[in-house]
Amino acid sequence: MLDNVKILIHQGKQYIPDVKNAELPGVFRGRPVISKEQVDEKRLSELCPTGAIAFHPIRLDLGKCTFCGECAFAFPGKIKFTKDYKIATNYREGLIISEGEEQLIALNPELIRKEISNYFSGSLKLRQVSAGGDNSCELELNACGNVNFDMGRFGIEFVASPRHADGIVITGPITENMAEPLQICYDAIPEPKIIILTGTDAISGGIFQKSNALKRGFLEKYKIDLYVPGNPVHPLTFINGVLDLIRIRK
Amino acid sequence: MENYIRIKNNQSVPLQAIPVLTYEDFLEQNTGFMLNEANHCVNYYGVPQGDKLQLICCMANDVEHVIYVSSSLIEKQADLPSFTARHLAFHIFEREIHENFGVGYIDHPWLKPVRYPFDRTEKGSQIKNYPFYKIESEELHEVGVGPIHAGIIEPGHFRFICNGEQILHLEIQLGYQHRGIEKLFLDNKKNLQRASLAESIAGDSVAGHAVAFTNLWESLCGYNAGAALQFTRTLALELERIAVHTGDLSAICTDIAYQLGSSVFGRLRTPLINYFQIWCGNRLAKGLIRAGKNNFHFTNELREQLLQLFDAYEPDFIEMYNELKRLPSALSRLEKTGIISKELSEEIGTVGMSARASGINRDVRFSHPHDLYSRLDHEPAIKHHGDVYSRTQIRKEEILQSIGYIRELIQAIPHSDSQILKRGNEEREIGEVGRGLFAISLVEGWRGEICHCAITNEKGDLQHYKIKDPSLHNWMALALAVRNNEISDFPICNKSFNLSYCGHDL
Repeated sequence: MLDNVKILIHQGKQYIPDVKNAELPGVFRGRPVISKEQVDEKRLSELCPTGAIAFHPIRLDLGKCTFCGECAFAFPGKIKFTKDYKIATNYREGLIISEGEEQLIALNPELIRKEISNYFSGSLKLRQVSAGGDNSCELELNACGNVNFDMGRFGIEFVASPRHADGIVITGPITENMAEPLQICYDAIPEPKIIILTGTDAISGGIFQKSNALKRGFLEKYKIDLYVPGNPVHPLTFINGVLDLIRIRK
Repeated sequence: MENYIRIKNNQSVPLQAIPVLTYEDFLEQNTGFMLNEANHCVNYYGVPQGDKLQLICCMANDVEHVIYVSSSLIEKQADLPSFTARHLAFHIFEREIHENFGVGYIDHPWLKPVRYPFDRTEKGSQIKNYPFYKIESEELHEVGVGPIHAGIIEPGHFRFICNGEQILHLEIQLGYQHRGIEKLFLDNKKNLQRASLAESIAGDSVAGHAVAFTNLWESLCGYNAGAALQFTRTLALELERIAVHTGDLSAICTDIAYQLGSSVFGRLRTPLINYFQIWCGNRLAKGLIRAGKNNFHFTNELREQLLQLFDAYEPDFIEMYNELKRLPSALSRLEKTGIISKELSEEIGTVGMSARASGINRDVRFSHPHDLYSRLDHEPAIKHHGDVYSRTQIRKEEILQSIGYIRELIQAIPHSDSQILKRGNEEREIGEVGRGLFAISLVEGWRGEICHCAITNEKGDLQHYKIKDPSLHNWMALALAVRNNEISDFPICNKSFNLSYCGHDL
């Protein structure tokens, strides 16, 4: 018993008190900023492994970006990745960063369905489905609930049964072999329910977008309530995105 | 008579130099290798050559530190005697060859689908109609779990046949995660795309697969990575091992409902993966390892931070581990649970940490060293009981061992060599890919032996890319380990192996 108390004391304080303003140590590739500098746009665009960079003018799509950072190494004056981890939004175009504009990424309150804040603002239970996810986003979603990030304090938790869930969190590019189980799981969640796409693979297919083994038809059928980019997503990106989704009111 | 070629880890040879045998000789030779316990099969797969199929078998000899490679050219629809009938360790490779190319095996005891790839020959074979083993009896019942599981975890289906609470048989059906990644290695021509793919084979083994790909690619290009690059790779592999093992100990505690251990090991993992982010901007080390260049130099400041991290980590880790191992209620769940004996382990050809927990001395860091491992004089940690507790203990030992290695490595940070390319330079500068080559790369990831093989064509393009995650060998070990255990012990057995679904499904 005494040993257990000692262990507890030795852990000190582990949780992050303020998940909205916590600063990340070292380097982190979060929201990019693109300058107006003139560069070889074609070369910049072709450098990207997933075709996330369009030109005339230069735009970077975080829904396709794998956050490898190679564009910023090759064109340091043009693209910089900031440490801003609040990069989740509720509309697909909101993930596209244009050159010359320092724009924060935020949710559009007009697009949040009314029932979300009505029902889920104090408690949100989520069912996670990995559909070809490489276990990196899954690890980070698990980390959201650990003693450091402690997402449970906001009433947001992952549950085992879709019957107990208010929404589905999808990771991975949605493989053909997982398409049907995903649909069955979604159908088992009672209304009203939300869909959260987590990670670049889920949002656009990412590095797998040209694979013949995918079947992404599910995404065309329903409204997506939240896009959380990252490769993998950072726990703070996920927590802040979900908090905004359930707490912002029109 | 020697009818094979001997190569070293990360060596490229002309494809033509690999002897092509008749199937009978090929079978005799490679199953014959298995009589010597220093040998095991690291990869065995098929490469389409025109309307024929070239089977390539890579057998590693851990004592001589070489890999024996031989091949055979067969008709695609041939019906052949199987390797598996002689030695079970080949079962998964032949199942894959059967599924991908339609090769029939007349005496394979378990010729079942592996992963339902999109380009399988038998399109009518559907994942929802997997042919599960059945036992007809009124005494027994079946329990089906998955593909979607209770936690945040990848999908796979487990079908138990139980007698009361006791598991008689478990069959594991995978394939849900299949993303066609080997084909994407060929379709995507940019080196950065391939590096990104390698990092996505299994997101918990980013360093492992990225190093395997990078070493292989540099070998094909005839590029010699300098000490600074090798330093980065070795360090990343060992850090990944410490981080994942720590997380696994947390998960093991979760599965025996030991809250304190779960929380403490869980929070001890956090600074380790945060360290990757401090170093390279990504908590799982994506973006750190690239062929021919180093985007994130290891500075003296980083060294100090890492030393401080270990100084804080070690006492808390040891304190928690000692508490766990003193706890009778924990030990009663871990000891003699999910046993896989040395004999069984050898028979089915397990690798990595799980093999070492069953008394097999199998570790690429020691037997086929790459990067800076030959300097470390690595001695694998071995346990003998093969139960969940052995797989728990081995994690603790490997964590402390790896911390020791890292402390040794970072005493002298190699200066970045002039040959290292600047950031952002394109890949073509590491040299052209050699033509008509075969290359193999082995890496000891935290889970075990990762093997990548590549073949280039006469234009210097990738013609074939083959990935083997250690999970491919080890899933069968899990299925056999749970026999005669209570079904309530399945989660803890599963966690003690912690196998990869996406690494298996590709």
